[in-house]
Amino acid sequence: MRRILMWIAENALLVGLALIFLAPIVFVFLTSVMSSSQTLTASLWPQPFEWSNYVKVFTEAPLLLWFANSATYAILATVFMLVSSVPAAYVLAKIRFRYSNVVFTAIIIAMLLPPQVTAIPIYVMWSNLGLTGTLWPLILPNLLGDAFSIFLLRQFFLTIPSEYADAARIDGNGEFGVLRRVMVPMAKPGIAATGIFMFFHSWNDYFGPLLYTSENQSAWPVAYGLASFRGIHGTDWGLTMAMTMLVTVPIVLIFFFAQRVFVEGITLTGVKG
Amino acid sequence: MSRTLAQPASSTVGRPVPAGRRTSAAHRRRTLTVFALLSPALLGLAIFFVYPLIASVYYSFTRYDLVSPPDWIGLRNYEYLFTQDPKVWIATLNTLWFVVFLVPIKIFFALGIAGLLVRAKRASGVWRTVFYLPALVPPVASVVAFVFLFNPATGPVNQILGVFGIQGPLWFNDPAWSKPSLVLLGIWVMGDIMIIFLAALLDVPREQYEAASLDGANGLQQLRYVTFPSITPVLMFAVITGVIAALQYFTEAAVASGVANGKAVVGEGTGANLGYPGNSLLTYTQWLYVRGFNTYQLGYASALAVLLFVVASIFLIALLRRFKAFTPEGTA
Repeated sequence: MRRILMWIAENALLVGLALIFLAPIVFVFLTSVMSSSQTLTASLWPQPFEWSNYVKVFTEAPLLLWFANSATYAILATVFMLVSSVPAAYVLAKIRFRYSNVVFTAIIIAMLLPPQVTAIPIYVMWSNLGLTGTLWPLILPNLLGDAFSIFLLRQFFLTIPSEYADAARIDGNGEFGVLRRVMVPMAKPGIAATGIFMFFHSWNDYFGPLLYTSENQSAWPVAYGLASFRGIHGTDWGLTMAMTMLVTVPIVLIFFFAQRVFVEGITLTGVKG
Repeated sequence: MSRTLAQPASSTVGRPVPAGRRTSAAHRRRTLTVFALLSPALLGLAIFFVYPLIASVYYSFTRYDLVSPPDWIGLRNYEYLFTQDPKVWIATLNTLWFVVFLVPIKIFFALGIAGLLVRAKRASGVWRTVFYLPALVPPVASVVAFVFLFNPATGPVNQILGVFGIQGPLWFNDPAWSKPSLVLLGIWVMGDIMIIFLAALLDVPREQYEAASLDGANGLQQLRYVTFPSITPVLMFAVITGVIAALQYFTEAAVASGVANGKAVVGEGTGANLGYPGNSLLTYTQWLYVRGFNTYQLGYASALAVLLFVVASIFLIALLRRFKAFTPEGTA
């Protein structure tokens, strides 16, 4: 009897919490199809459904350009990160050399420190190169590796038995060959997951674009544009919520398609201590 | 998770090479390859981490406005920081408020929901998706959405509270409620930690619970003696990353201020909009941003950055020592 009561209590709690967690998304959606005058009233159900908000946001703001900026930023950053960080992660996971501990520790610290600590000299550097006002200061550094990605990739490489690498070496492969022919194919899920993380991170980035593109509206990515949208267009919550939905949908879609790779690819090996 | 697979114990390249010995051609070639594979990351570390850290310390002793060259003024920035800056303590206290409240509350809810989900037998995939979904929403979008939902006059939250006869607070427009409002947002997006907790809870061996219940342990004792010890490392991970994230808390607070205030861009003016309402959301990193990039006091902002570096490092060193995944040897 007590067990049944416990079961009912637990499930009631789950259902209740689930409703609370879903409610914000439902309300954002409902508001996104309200007329601007209705968003200022107390009623919560759209009367009538104002689907035109989704068209209007594209004419009210250079939304397509912002989406293109976001896509450029996220895709290039991800590709650049992979090219530079996969080899580094492989070395740190599988090859012991004199300073491997020093390098790894430095990467961990670089990963965990707030980016604001180093922002000023880096800003001065890009400013001297004349690249402020563009997204390049956010994209280009990835050609030189990303600390968090190196950490994640290393954790994944650690789970691949070294015997595979040894066998490839005996077959006459150098380290480049081992990496390309053995390690990269075996680490595909980990590489995919790290890439998705990087993509999400750049798509969602706010501090970076604020620092470098805030004065050049044509270089804004969509997340930054959304934050500014309400200031530009006053109190039109219907439009703002339509845009909020539009910024969210690509991320949710990518996640649902990539879900399996994602789950397979994240081994926080070390997390289990 | 796989302790046995992690170390390249049998690998021929897996041994440290003593300096100055074994200078065979093969060894030299291997060193070159290692260096080649690592070089982008090493260069990145030097240009985007080591150099700026040193430069920040240097700038912090200067007056620098980006236009004329840095002018050495000794400790005056630090003097101003500790004795005169009108808002630095407000910003520091706000940031510490988020460290003290946001981190534990978020972890508590993430752990609680993971604990419920681990017991859900039916439709576990659906439950996981529901509770993870908010974590997928881009932070700017979730903040904008929350400011609207919690709008005192027209937002659904106060409407619903009104149905129960409760007069809702002004939320993001009241200095006393603005930070708690952001904690509610933090709870809503707890899915990222929740997933990690869920994985950890699923990994606790069932036999341990059976053994414990045979020994007569009740539910609470099982939680205390079986569950907690085995998830401690994951808890540590959540605390470390949570504290670090709270110390750099920026986006949510800045966007919430801007949207609630009807002003959108943080960069507007001299940062007067920041921290709305009544400086309650002005965090340390925002204040650093204002001094550095709104008023172009880059020397002074560097002093703020150096202080942040020192504080964050103390947190890091204290916490990292207890956490194996972040040490070179702690691989499994």
